[in-house]
Amino acid sequence: MGLFFVLLAASGTQAQSRYFTRTGSISFFSEEILENIEAHNKQVSSFLDVSTGELVFSVPMKAFQFRKSLMQEHFNENYIESHKYPKSTFKGNIQNMKDVNLQQDGTYKVKVNGQLTIHGVTKPIDADGTLEVKGGRIGAQSFINIKPEDYNIVIPLLVRGHIAEIIQVTINMLYEPYQANAAKQP
Amino acid sequence: MKRIYKSTFSKFSFLPLNPSKGGLSHKFAKVLYIASFLLLPVSLAAQNDLLALAEADSAATAYTTATFKATRIINGHSVQTIPGKELLFMISHRFGTLDGGAYNFFGLDAATIRLALEYGLTDRFSVGVGRSSLEKTYDGYLKYKLLRQKDDTWAAPVTVTGFASTAITTLRFDNPEKNEDFSSRLAYTYQLLIARKFNDRFSLQLSPTLVHRNLVSTNRDENNVYALGAGSRYKLTKRTSLNAEYFYVLPGATADDYINSFSLGFDIETGGHVFQLHLTNAQGMIEKFFIPQTLSKWGDGGIYFGFNISRVFSFDKDKKVEKKW
Repeated sequence: MGLFFVLLAASGTQAQSRYFTRTGSISFFSEEILENIEAHNKQVSSFLDVSTGELVFSVPMKAFQFRKSLMQEHFNENYIESHKYPKSTFKGNIQNMKDVNLQQDGTYKVKVNGQLTIHGVTKPIDADGTLEVKGGRIGAQSFINIKPEDYNIVIPLLVRGHIAEIIQVTINMLYEPYQANAAKQP
Repeated sequence: MKRIYKSTFSKFSFLPLNPSKGGLSHKFAKVLYIASFLLLPVSLAAQNDLLALAEADSAATAYTTATFKATRIINGHSVQTIPGKELLFMISHRFGTLDGGAYNFFGLDAATIRLALEYGLTDRFSVGVGRSSLEKTYDGYLKYKLLRQKDDTWAAPVTVTGFASTAITTLRFDNPEKNEDFSSRLAYTYQLLIARKFNDRFSLQLSPTLVHRNLVSTNRDENNVYALGAGSRYKLTKRTSLNAEYFYVLPGATADDYINSFSLGFDIETGGHVFQLHLTNAQGMIEKFFIPQTLSKWGDGGIYFGFNISRVFSFDKDKKVEKKW
């Protein structure tokens, strides 16, 4: 049993290097012929381990809010199939984490790569982003482009002309230090 | 961490540790010891996997959406309400019965129509008005979503919508000499719509209903008619579904004199439109017609072919994004 507590303590110290948010924001935008499509999600969970540079995202797909509720329904029912694939995830690393000095406020350019899973399809992805260290918290921002086609998201012929081939995705996170137990209470 | 620690222990508690069975308890202690090593890597892996942590954190349940594609299953209302600040325009059509034969082009010569506007005051509260050509009837309704089904939890297993409507017949009275009150033109319908979306394809709804008519034509007719409706849909593809609907009138004079309505439908969704094609033995498109006044029988070919077409318009200016050229 003693072993448990040793391990507990060990993971306790490890937790100090972890930052997290559960109110991260991801939005996407695509400019269309008939009308622009825009959606916002402010319920993204993300962890950043500053000692290893490990970075993960979990995105509940039903939390994307659209301007028109019909678009939202179609997004969930027909395109992303959120009943089958309720979450999109990212698991990857910040390549140049050692360049970021957490003791000093400032903005740092970072390179991220990893595996992005949308609609049950996993693809490698590279992205540039910025980390902003300020008063013990870390802000993160990145822009990525996603092709629905890459993730087996089928767009019917009838509306193919109306939905862009590339979707612009904006990612905005504000990380706080993570304490395993405290984090459970909102 | 706390959670994982606790669950590890709860696994142990399944082991029947009973000190009275001396020899056995020693054995169990051994099992327990081994089990603790077997379980350790599992709980530690979960702890180290940041993605698992993030997924557990984003586990908030969402409301189930699109239990039905339209605000009607076929004739009767579904639990669906109009989203806030959206207007729905609906055209419903029923041709004559198929037994009209070639002379009446199998019913297509005759038609009754209902035009309606429905508006979402909020996501849960809708109002609607309609005009049926049958008996020149106006109707107005209120619909409120009392409970919303949630995904992946039994906390809210169904969606419940309350429905109340008033119908006003504006036909001239048969006998102009007789002085009838305005109230004799009115009929009311109250329904509790209870539906569950079992999976992405199958949804089922029960609709306990009361139809109250202020004036009925004969002494024998009932002012209050109670019925239980059942409706369901099965999605064939992402954009099409098969629907069925039945209204069972509870025993009484109305049940004896009239036929329960049964309808089969096929829904097609194309962008902002929903097309619903159906076969039904009821001619009217509002509750006071199709529940207590249906006279045609499926078996005799008394089947009406009909359709509903609905289209939504969004009026939410706050959310409007300017078009960039």
